[in-house]
Amino acid sequence: MARTDVQLMLDVKAGDELSFELLLRKYRTPLVNFLYRMVRDRAVAEDLAQEVFLRVYRARQEYAPSAKFTTWMFRIATNLALNSVRDNRRRQLEISMDQTVDTGEEEQRAMEVPDRAPSVEQELVARSRAELIMKAIHSLPEKQRAAVLLHKYQELDYDEIARVLECSESALKSLLFRAYETLRVELAPLVSPTVRTNRVPDHRSGQPA
Amino acid sequence: MKNGEGSEGAMFGKDGSEKQCAAIEGKLIVYLDGRAAPAERHAVEEHLSGCASCRTRAEEFRALSSVLDDVPAISPSPEFDATLRARIAAEPAPRNFWNWLPSPRLAFAVTALVVLSVWLSSGPRVITSPSVVNHAIQSIETSKVTAESDFGMIRDLPVLENYDVVSKFDALSELSGPTSASAQVGAKETR
Repeated sequence: MARTDVQLMLDVKAGDELSFELLLRKYRTPLVNFLYRMVRDRAVAEDLAQEVFLRVYRARQEYAPSAKFTTWMFRIATNLALNSVRDNRRRQLEISMDQTVDTGEEEQRAMEVPDRAPSVEQELVARSRAELIMKAIHSLPEKQRAAVLLHKYQELDYDEIARVLECSESALKSLLFRAYETLRVELAPLVSPTVRTNRVPDHRSGQPA
Repeated sequence: MKNGEGSEGAMFGKDGSEKQCAAIEGKLIVYLDGRAAPAERHAVEEHLSGCASCRTRAEEFRALSSVLDDVPAISPSPEFDATLRARIAAEPAPRNFWNWLPSPRLAFAVTALVVLSVWLSSGPRVITSPSVVNHAIQSIETSKVTAESDFGMIRDLPVLENYDVVSKFDALSELSGPTSASAQVGAKETR
């Protein structure tokens, strides 16, 4: 009979390195994908995923199965991803401000918001469908993004996601609704029946979320 | 934020009141996930049957779920495992307090030594030489006998009936500390 994640982790705690190998094989791909969708940088995502496994390994002696293993692991991953996103944003802001100070008028344009965002049609031409979706996901506030990724792609239960994000279940449901509402509007050309009929070949049938 | 054509009319229901539409917002995702309780599911379905805008929104949420499936999954790079193993191998072995000592026997010896040192330094001095101990016991016994005989002699003195005489009796002051004290107690008792 296959051992549960908690049992595997308890075996790691007891010194069984092979059990850690099994956890690694089981979760490296979901973890790398979750982090990639959070940070949109493959190298950073892999580095963060390794850091998650390292922290799990380091904490093996103190591990107590108070929650599901996935809850614990994704909590570590989410915190690392949020920190990475914030650090990156701070770096980008510093670079942007430096450029403005250094080069004056020419670089001032780098800070300016374009008068008009590229149209949806132009974006569809310029980018693939997947890139468009990734961009929409990445435009969500970090916590909403993490909630959607854990809900949609990792299929964690509401109580698990709530524990990962340290909020109540009702707050999580509200968070998810706002996130999906934003995505529905952002990706209207792909999800709206009218727009799909007119502009985008609809090759998908609607499935329950 | 860009608004799509099909989404603009679905922000709030025109057929249902805003309050009713807002009430099902928190339940809509759970309903679409198929995890709503029967009463909750019934409430959502009842609202959707009477509110075209919320019905459209629910349909678009379903379509959105399919659209989100189009995000391709990536695979970890081939060197992912090797890099992680190298990082784990570079980790220092976990060490607690006892691990810092070479062996349990030495740990016990060091602990015992520390406890003994503390006890010896904090307690009264102990005389360990047998000859010194014997001498000390003899001195104590001798002083006990002397004190008892002195006290008996003083108690029997007829002059003790007069305290003034006793208190001014110079011979008593020549006695050693404990004996003098005992004499005074005894004198009080005879009054």
